[in-house]
Amino acid sequence: MHEVLLAAGPLRHGTVPLGEAIAFWVLGPIALAGAIGMVLLRNAVHSALSLVATMGCLGAFYLIQQGPFLGLVQIIVYTGAIMILFLFVLMIVGRDASDSLVETLRGQRWAAALLGVGFALLVAIGIGRAVSPVTPTDLNSPNAGGNNVHSIAALLFTRYLFAFELTSALLIVAAVGAMVLAHVEREGPRPSQKRLARERIRSGRPQPLPGPGVLSQHNAIGTPALLPDGSVARESVMVGSMESQEERQALPTPSAGEGGFE
Amino acid sequence: MSPYYYLVLSAALFTIGAVGVLVRRNAIVVFMCVELMLNAVNLTLVTFSRINGSLDGQIMAFFVMTVAAAEVVVGLAIITSIFRTRRSASVDDANLLKY
Repeated sequence: MHEVLLAAGPLRHGTVPLGEAIAFWVLGPIALAGAIGMVLLRNAVHSALSLVATMGCLGAFYLIQQGPFLGLVQIIVYTGAIMILFLFVLMIVGRDASDSLVETLRGQRWAAALLGVGFALLVAIGIGRAVSPVTPTDLNSPNAGGNNVHSIAALLFTRYLFAFELTSALLIVAAVGAMVLAHVEREGPRPSQKRLARERIRSGRPQPLPGPGVLSQHNAIGTPALLPDGSVARESVMVGSMESQEERQALPTPSAGEGGFE
Repeated sequence: MSPYYYLVLSAALFTIGAVGVLVRRNAIVVFMCVELMLNAVNLTLVTFSRINGSLDGQIMAFFVMTVAAAEVVVGLAIITSIFRTRRSASVDDANLLKY
């Protein structure tokens, strides 16, 4: 069924069927563009989204390379679970999501690019030398008799059973470790509503902090609210989201055209 | 088209991921680049599994996915705990093991 849909099929004399070639030349550039975009985009959320595109294309590649089980696992686990986890953590870490442009090591980017080109050449030569005498076969005989999932299950629960069990132990250790690392111990009892109300009255500012309002263009915690005359409301910036007092003082005073009255 | 084109694509993806690890400063983006490298290796494994007509490569890719999931969970927990103490997710800021 999926062979018909996804143009996956047996190799003929070492070449893939035409449908698969078309799928490769459509999806391959998308995967490459997603990867390049992930490295180049300044905003971390945009990087994560382009990585999702790349991983989706890779899942499609697994599907058309006679590995339907692995393709679906790729889509479910990587784009469904891991990238969502990345996005959640990005939302928590939020303000620091974009990269700084300061270069701490001089010439690091050029060195990295040079290293990348060298590595690509090395791998290309390695592939060229390694695979040229091999005539590719395909997965028709292992996938026959039931299907891909049955064959993988048969291998997984016989020859690779010990590794499979070890994986379960690894997953449990990782889950417990993540819980321990992310857990925050509460210091002292939970503050009561009475105490909170008293503290609020005594703080000298019982009313809430100004919200972003209709005049601002963002509602991120690092972006200050604008007062009706266009000036910055300093109380609207959360304490702690600004690193230092100097950074708070250096808040931009909007020019006449930005967010104010025209 | 021969299936070796997949290997070329996977080598390109791996190289981009490696360059990203070296270039980017945000710890989360560095982590995503590591994920890209793991994915590129998975594509290689699946392609070789097909070329050689044996399913062992796919099993190995499956194990790589499992290990990558565990690695992501622990790594992101470490990043959030570092962010909680020093309010930064930049790899340049965390240069001391203590404090």
